[in-house]
Amino acid sequence: MSTWLTAPWPWYVAGPIIGLFVPALLLAGNKEFGISSNLRHLCSAFAPGKLEYFCYDWRKSGLWNLVFLSGVLIGGFIASHWGTPHDIAISRETRVALINLGILDFSGVAPHEIFSWHALLTLRGFVSVVLGGFLVGFGTAYAGGCTSGHAISGLANFELPSLIAVLGFFAGGLAATYFILPHLL
Amino acid sequence: MTAKPQIEIATSGNRESKPVFYLVYLLLGTAFGIVLTRSEVLSWFRIQEMFRFQSFRMYGIIGSAIATAALSIALIRKGALKSASGETISIPKKELGRGVRYALGGTIFGLGWALTGACPGPLFGLIGNGVSVMIVAVLSALLGTWFYGLLRPRLPH
Repeated sequence: MSTWLTAPWPWYVAGPIIGLFVPALLLAGNKEFGISSNLRHLCSAFAPGKLEYFCYDWRKSGLWNLVFLSGVLIGGFIASHWGTPHDIAISRETRVALINLGILDFSGVAPHEIFSWHALLTLRGFVSVVLGGFLVGFGTAYAGGCTSGHAISGLANFELPSLIAVLGFFAGGLAATYFILPHLL
Repeated sequence: MTAKPQIEIATSGNRESKPVFYLVYLLLGTAFGIVLTRSEVLSWFRIQEMFRFQSFRMYGIIGSAIATAALSIALIRKGALKSASGETISIPKKELGRGVRYALGGTIFGLGWALTGACPGPLFGLIGNGVSVMIVAVLSALLGTWFYGLLRPRLPH
């Protein structure tokens, strides 16, 4: 296996490749690159009750995206099985800051001390996974998009709503990083 | 002239149900899952590094992704290209309205992004990577989206 498939990619390779998913989906089926609408499609498909927001033909507008999303799961599985696992090479400053917050395990893609089944019922595990997940689902639905739909598709199309949303993403992310995580971790 | 778009929609609708298109979406999704993993953007550590402004990496990735996508969209527009499914490519504009939903919804998502260390694509990519507890985060996200559907009539947009 050539090393470019097994080693982490530099930003100037990763970024343009991510950007190419926008034209790839447009050229394949006139589809807009955006992941979070899948959460709405899944609610439309499975959630009980008859909320107006979920009353639409999810197969017609979203099946393609759910198929794309299944691919993301498969791709994550494939990539994680190529090559030997390595620590994420974060900067020294970040490592020191996180150690000061009590993160000691730097193996894997996310700290095991927070993101594992046995940590789920600790305060930091519960808030990070359960509350964090809830806010991701609520926020992306409210904003009508996430990093892919607003930050990439939206900004690439010079949309003002997406710029407002992305500024919101960073406002929220910075607030959580500097005001919540120091008390949580 | 008015009948033409309808015909196009009908044709593309028929073509789209062809399994081959779903295979394309599945393969593109698989490629995206590999990219999320190799670029490490699904890593909680990388998201922390980004929000602490301690590396250019994430900004370089997002910035060059936007630039590549913008250039591609411009080329598609210039060539007035059609999709393989036979539709004229068009990107519907997002409605600004008062903009409240983008500011508030965006901020709420941002809080969740820093807490989970993952946006929706990476949540699924992480499950593929073996971080199986993210199944709970996905279920929570579905609950969050459902709650938005419930509260939507009463929320400012």
